[in-house]
This record gives sequence, structure tokens and C-alpha cells, in this order.
Amino acid sequence: MDPAIQVEGVSKRFRLTQGRSDTAKERFVLAIRRPRLLRTRSHNDLWALKDIDLEIDHGQTLGLIGANGSGKSTLLKVVAGILRPTTGKVLSYGRMASLLELGAGFHPDLTGRENIYMNAAILGLTRKETDRHFDAIVAFAGLDRFIDEQVKHYSSGMFVRLGFAVAIHVDPAILLVDEVLAVGDEAFQRKCLDRVRTFQREGRTIVFVTHAVDQVRQLCDRAVMLSEGKIRAEGKPAEVIATFRKVVHGDLADDPGGGNGGAGERMGTGELRIGRVTLLGGDGAARSRFFAGDEMVVAVDLEVKNPVDDPVVGIAIYDDRDQCLFGTNTMLREVHLGKVSSDARVSFRIHDLPLQEQRFYVTIGVHSSDDSHIYAWQDKAWSFEVINRGPDAGILRIPCEIEIEVTRANGSAGVAGVASGSGGDAGADPGAGE
Amino acid sequence: MAQEGARSNTRVTHAQVRPLAKLKEVYAYHELWRTLVRKELKVKYKNSALGFAWSMGNPLMQILVFYVVFAVFLKSAIPSFQFFLMSGVLPWSFFSTTLGASTTSITGNADLVKKVYFPREILPLAGMGSALVHFALQSFVLLGLLAVFRYPFIGWNLLLIPAALLVLIVLASALGILLAAINVEARDTQHLLEIVLLAWFWFTPIVYSIRMIFDKMSVRSIGGINLFQIYMLNPMAPVVAAFQRAIYRQGYTMLDGHRSNVLLDVPYSWYLWRLGAVLGGATVLMYFAMRVFSRYEGNFAEEL
Repeated sequence: MDPAIQVEGVSKRFRLTQGRSDTAKERFVLAIRRPRLLRTRSHNDLWALKDIDLEIDHGQTLGLIGANGSGKSTLLKVVAGILRPTTGKVLSYGRMASLLELGAGFHPDLTGRENIYMNAAILGLTRKETDRHFDAIVAFAGLDRFIDEQVKHYSSGMFVRLGFAVAIHVDPAILLVDEVLAVGDEAFQRKCLDRVRTFQREGRTIVFVTHAVDQVRQLCDRAVMLSEGKIRAEGKPAEVIATFRKVVHGDLADDPGGGNGGAGERMGTGELRIGRVTLLGGDGAARSRFFAGDEMVVAVDLEVKNPVDDPVVGIAIYDDRDQCLFGTNTMLREVHLGKVSSDARVSFRIHDLPLQEQRFYVTIGVHSSDDSHIYAWQDKAWSFEVINRGPDAGILRIPCEIEIEVTRANGSAGVAGVASGSGGDAGADPGAGE
Repeated sequence: MAQEGARSNTRVTHAQVRPLAKLKEVYAYHELWRTLVRKELKVKYKNSALGFAWSMGNPLMQILVFYVVFAVFLKSAIPSFQFFLMSGVLPWSFFSTTLGASTTSITGNADLVKKVYFPREILPLAGMGSALVHFALQSFVLLGLLAVFRYPFIGWNLLLIPAALLVLIVLASALGILLAAINVEARDTQHLLEIVLLAWFWFTPIVYSIRMIFDKMSVRSIGGINLFQIYMLNPMAPVVAAFQRAIYRQGYTMLDGHRSNVLLDVPYSWYLWRLGAVLGGATVLMYFAMRVFSRYEGNFAEEL
């Protein structure tokens, strides 16, 4: 395969802004008073990229992942030509466009029509080419009636639609996408994703940077992980993502963002208080990171201030969009606590955690059996993360089998073949039930 | 499609860019340049009733004020003073507008620079482009006035205009590119520029004749160097003088009791030599400016 992008020994140095002087006066004063400081400022350099070598073939979809500050966005900008490497070089073959340029150069005082030409010229289209695509762009954006209005009268949705319509008609051979799939409303995100898939089918090269490892798993045929400006891993997305998890989180080691949090809204009359809440694995060890399909125990320690009769203890699990995924309590499960006069522990044991790949939040509440008193309630104060080791996408782990049968006989009669696999369970049971 | 695109869109990004290669790339983006110039003009006069007529406002007012002050109040002895003024004010106005627009062209388009790749030199050059359009419009007005007043300006002298204009464009573009890059790092540049331009204007023979400078300065010298030669180190002096020679008819004036030429008693070749020297200097400056621009350019996206 011939390469679409060649990155050869690229390093990028940033001067840190601290201690930098922006006006000539400050510089002048600095030069007189602290000439040494002016000279030694270069010691505060930060190497955002160090000696990156990378070749991306035509038609490949490459995902760049890495923690914040790992240099992935810098690398994308260097590839795009927006930043110049300090050493090394980038060669690219084919027209490049990127979805981070939506509406670049739009001027509020110009009409939609004028802005289309403006934006297209900036993205590298000639006037003739723009003429050819003009109607399609307007139709895609759905702005026929408003195309001769000044853009300042557009709603933000119309603005983004117009920018997007131009961007996808630029007909790039190489498309760069930077986190854009994480912004905008859901319809817009879906539109972006659809477009990315179409581009893939058309054999274009796509490089995209994201935090959402799930998207890399879904879309990419190759992934590169950066860490501190260097390539730490590259290859099949699943393998690179696994390395990413290991390096960034230390696999199942404690998750600093998770576990016992004092955060979250707290309320209640206080007869009973929620003490320690521990998330445990099937082995009884506290942890805040689980594999899909693991056993998980939410152990709630109750502290008694004033004894109460038959309280109800409940938990709820939320995803990061505030959607309640699951909730239960002792009353629903017909577990009666009776009179509680001394500290107690209530454990909720979840077998076979049906979640995949995300951070989840736990809410715990303790109230009276007639619901008239809330003794204690803490909203999403604990969190845990689930790591997906199976092949599926999405936040829920749903066992699923795939069967294929021929429904229109073509010459020979009968079922030609049945294939089945149980996707949900592949290798996702590292320690369940122990 | 990808294959066809591959040939025409190959791009190499590395630390140092040679100015000549860059120049080629800038040319490859000339369509963007035209679009940007058009945009700048459109945006400037959008929603204004008189539109482009406003572009005449500034130079016309300058010419009117200078005319009243110098010809009426101070009784300047330059005949047809309005045409003398116009032939100097218009190129100066192009020069100062270009520098003003170029200097803020990168900082003013931060949005674009941070998001899209294109040779950034296009931005200061677009500033030059829109100033050039204004210059052309103003020149038409000047031509109209010359015709209305039946001022005899047609002759070989007009051939000085393309030469002087070429030199002016190269000089203004080079300075514009240099200032645009510097202004990203030190925003003082744009304020400093205004002050420098003010002084520069008065050290250029626009409202007074270069002949006067020649008569008074060429007899004196500092360290063996003729003061007039020092004055002529101002690259705008020969440029403006050439525009005046091209349009303004050789009038006579009384200077210190003698009847003398308003312009210098020199052949056209003198102007051409001087223009050639400025062009040489401007070309070197352009090379230097593009080197500096390239060095800063790699960090534009961070600095904005």
C-alpha cells in the first residue's frame, strides 16, 4: 500500500507560557534587568512530541488515543500543518480536510452563499469546484430559503449545519477528526459518525483523535497510543486499548476517580447515617474497577444515631449521562431489617455485572418503610469503572448470539449454514464467582 | 479520486521552509487570496449606504486639508498643488493601508490560523490586495479629475507608473509580512506602526517637493555623506517621487528668489535607477521577511 501520510522523526517543542513576556516593553525591561532570565527561558521547554515515526496507508482509519497531554492533538495539528514540527517532517499525499474546521472563516456579516465560497476556498476548493457542489451543499444544510441571509441571523444549528455541509463536500482524500464526535447534539454526532463510515467505505484515509476508546474500537482498523509525546503502542485497536488501560490506569489497580467519595448531594434527617460504602469484587477485595461480567458487591455500613424501625436501604446505578440504569432496595426485595439499634452492614451482591466500558455512579438512600422520612441519602457519591474485554460496543453487556440462515433459496434448497457465537461472554469472566 | 488528488496535493511540513518553495505554495493558493480580498472588501462596506465611495473619503479629505493649509494658508508656490498632492498621497495611502491591514492580519484571523492549514503569508498579502483595490479605485477618480481639469498628463512619463507600482507592491508586501509575524509575538507592533507611519509620512516628499529637500540638503553633509543621499535612504522617497514625475507636469516655482523646477532636474533614468535600487532592497527584505515569518509561523497556532 502506498502511504497517505508519512511522519518522519517529528518532534515538537512548546515554549511554556509561564514567565513569558508578550509585549515589547516587558521584553525590553527583562532584557535590561534580567538578561540571564531572557536567555535561560528556553530551559522551560516542553517536548509535546518526541521523535514520532508513523506511516498511515491510504484507506486506513487510524485512532490516536492517549491521556490528556500525551500529545495526540498536537500530532494531529502537526499532520494538518497547523503546527510546524520543531524537527522532522510530515509528508501527506492527497487533499486534507478536517472536521475541526467547521465553519472556519465564517463571517457573520456575509450571507450564507458568500460564506460557502469563503469557507470552501479556505478548505482548498477552487471557485469552479464550489460552483459544482453549491446546490448539494445548500440542500444538505437545508438552508435554501436562508442562503442569501447574513449568517449572523442564523441559529447556531443552522451555522453548524452549513459548516458541516461545506466540510463534507470538500471531497478530501484524508480526513482529520479531533474530538468533534464528542460535541454537538446527538443527531449531529450521528451525522458525523455516518459520514465517517461513508468515508471509510469510499476508501479514504481517516485519522482521528478521541477520548472515547469505544469509538476507536468501533471505527478504526488501527490504533496508536501516545504517552508523553512518544508512541507507546500501535496495532490492532483492541490490543492498543488494552495497553492504554494498563498504562494509564494500571489495569485493575485502584481508580483515583472512583471509590468512596464524599462528593454528591447529601441529605436526610440523620437518625441513620451512611458510613463507609465499599465496592468489592467477588474475592472480597475493595476495588473501583471491574471487568464486564464480574461479581460486584456494594457494601453499605449504616451508623445509628437514633434506633429506627424497619428502615429501607436502597442503591441505584447511574451512567455518566445521569440515566438511572438500575435501582433496588431492601423493601422491593422483601428483606426486612427490623429494628436497627446498632451499626450494621447491608451488602448488595450483583452477579455477572451486565455493564461494559464506562464510569458508573452509585446513589445510596436510607428511608423509612412508609417513605415519610429520608434518614440519609447520598446522590452519586461513589463511582466505579467497568472495562470491556469482550468484542461488543455500548454500555450494557447483553448476551447475544448471531445466526445466519439463507432465506431465499438459490438453486439448492434448505438452510445453507448456521453460524452462531455467544459474543457477550468471550473472555470477560476473569474472576467471577470465586 | 484519491490518486489524482495525491499528485496535486502533496505537502511537506517541516521545521524550515525555503522562501522560494514557500513563494510557489503561496501562488498555488492565489484563489484563496482573491477570495480573502473580496471578503475583506465586502465586509468592510457591508450595510453601508455609500459602500465603496467611503474608500475615497480618507485620501480626498487628506488632499483637501493639505490643499487648504499649504496652498491657501501658507501660500505654497507649487502650481496645480492638488494634482501634485494626489500623485503622492495615493501611493502613500496604499502603502500605509497595506502595512496597517497586514500587521493585524494574523492576530485578526486567529480563528482561521488555529484551525486550518494554508500558507499564512496569504493573510498579510490579502491586506495588500484590498489596499490595492482601493488604490485602483482612487486612481480612477484621480484620472477622472485630471481629465475634467484638462490637465496635460499624457506622455512617456506615464510609463514610470508600472515600474513604481511594482516596487511599491513588493516593498509594502515584504514589510507587511514581516510586521504580521512580529505582531503575533509583540502586539505593540500595531501601535508602534501608527506612530512610525506618521513620522514616515512627513519624511517622504508628499506635501512638499523633493526639489526643496535637494536644494537645501545637498549642500550639507554629515561625515562626508551628503544629507540628500541620507534623505533618499527612505525607500518611499524615490517611489513617491517617481509617481509625481509620472503624473505631475513639470511646473515651476519660486524657491529662494530663483525660478526653479518643482521636481528634480533629472532624466527618467535617474528614477529608474533609484527604483531599481529600492526593488533590490525590497527583494532582499522580502526574503528576510519570509524567513522570519516562517520561523514564527510554526508557533502562530500556539501564540494566538
